[in-house]
Amino acid sequence: MAQYPLSLALLGLAQSLSVIVELIAVLVVFGHAHTLAGFTAREALLVYGLAGTAFGLADLLIGQVERLGDHIRTGTFDTMLIRPASPLVQLAADEFSPRRLGKVIPALACLTWALATAGIDWTLQRALTVPLLLASGAAICCATWILGACLQFFITEARQAANSITYGGKALTEYPLAVFGTDTARWATFALPLAFVSWQPALYLLDRPDPTGLPDQLRHTAPAAALLLCALAALAWRTGLRHYRSTGS
Amino acid sequence: MPATPAIHAQDLGRDFTLTTGPLLRRTRRTITAVHGLDFTVAPGEIVAYLGPNGAGKSTTMKMLTGILTPTRGHLHVLGMRPARRRTALAARIGVVFGQRTTLWWDLPLRDSLALTRHLYRVPAATHTARLDELTHALDLAGFLHTPVRQLSLGQRMRGDLAAALLHDPDLLVLDEPTIGLDIVSKTAIREFLLNLNARRNTTILLTTHDLSDVERLCRRVILIDHGTLAYDGDLDGLHALAPAPRTLIVDLQAPADPLDLPGTRHLRSQGPRQWLELTGAPAPAIAAAAAHHPIADLTLHEPGIEDVLARLYRGRS
Repeated sequence: MAQYPLSLALLGLAQSLSVIVELIAVLVVFGHAHTLAGFTAREALLVYGLAGTAFGLADLLIGQVERLGDHIRTGTFDTMLIRPASPLVQLAADEFSPRRLGKVIPALACLTWALATAGIDWTLQRALTVPLLLASGAAICCATWILGACLQFFITEARQAANSITYGGKALTEYPLAVFGTDTARWATFALPLAFVSWQPALYLLDRPDPTGLPDQLRHTAPAAALLLCALAALAWRTGLRHYRSTGS
Repeated sequence: MPATPAIHAQDLGRDFTLTTGPLLRRTRRTITAVHGLDFTVAPGEIVAYLGPNGAGKSTTMKMLTGILTPTRGHLHVLGMRPARRRTALAARIGVVFGQRTTLWWDLPLRDSLALTRHLYRVPAATHTARLDELTHALDLAGFLHTPVRQLSLGQRMRGDLAAALLHDPDLLVLDEPTIGLDIVSKTAIREFLLNLNARRNTTILLTTHDLSDVERLCRRVILIDHGTLAYDGDLDGLHALAPAPRTLIVDLQAPADPLDLPGTRHLRSQGPRQWLELTGAPAPAIAAAAAHHPIADLTLHEPGIEDVLARLYRGRS
């Protein structure tokens, strides 16, 4: 499938390195403090593993949508619109590269290790919920990405603003949310529900009370939050398409 | 029951809002690109959609294909509202933008066309038959295995036409299909389009700045100017709309003063050659010229559609 397997391997490795550097950062922070906001390093790695896997999956599936502005500027988005297939799918599939698996694999390894060692009281229900939580997390990341891309329908140079939400939000999901304080936790729960990517799922798996004081029932609503955000993203996408102005030619 | 029109536009309009200035003191300005368009295209017609730059041609094309949503009015293409049912419509129309390609830059033409087959869900057997037919009709055989980025403009355009026709569309929308092509490629593409229309009854709507395209291909012309319909009818009617006078070109044996002949007006001179605009019948003028001057040659120039359009555009701006 790959024309240049060595190139693909190296590009994949480069993506993996970025994940490994972030992992080391988590370990350094928790290595100094031992516990932060009541979380041990292993528990923090669970949060990181959930976040990294969800983000990596979203990046693999739909990361290319952030290039919407380029496609609009060069007119290639017009050619996507005249084909009988969803422009969103065409956008995501454009220059699809398996090198992005390089982000998923180390994050998934970290998650597996954390699930095994973070002291989770395993029940059948918990075990069965893990894939659902990952799917919800990935869906939330995908929806955030699409929302960011939709900005580019209105301002084609909005990619950097969109990145501050997608990549900035990613940083927020990589650490136990309590570290950032109660206000940030509230924003990340009710404004842009990134708390459901890793924080609430981790609380559920570890069966711990929420140190930020938000209701404990929230941890069961990750799939609902994902559905809601996906619906919002779909609405934004449709609105964006309706207001699409194309470029002069 | 009359057949569903290929295109039916009623009071069609599209505005663009421009915002300028700094973030907090933005001023909004609304620009009307297309306004109050009414026209109907029947199945099997070949229609030229003409207008000067910025008249709203591309905006209309983009509304027809569902890329842009109309601001006002009704638009049905093959019985569907394009912006609402863009995907369903896309499967039944073929679109070629002369200025850009829908092919994949790095893939050989054959692979690009094969990918198109999957996007349009054409069955493999149908695809093979259509590809053979188009390869023959558009003479693609010589460059089917060449990456698209290495094709010449004429080859790429033929490749794009093939891609737009593999799913056997009912309507073909062409935005400047002959732009930048040499005369041989232009002729080949025109012959192909005429043939396609005759054999498959494919409706063709094309924009062009090359008026020989129009004279060769189209029985009907729709002219748009400043976003509104300026003319809709056949070529002869367009000539009548802005009658361009015939020109008499007189080659004298030696340079002379401007000729003053009955029923003519002197336009310009260049050496022994003089251009005279005919305001009346040519015969008295020619007789007078022959009687009083030593003449080497005489030519009567019929106005082309270029002259008609030039007069129309000038008269309106």
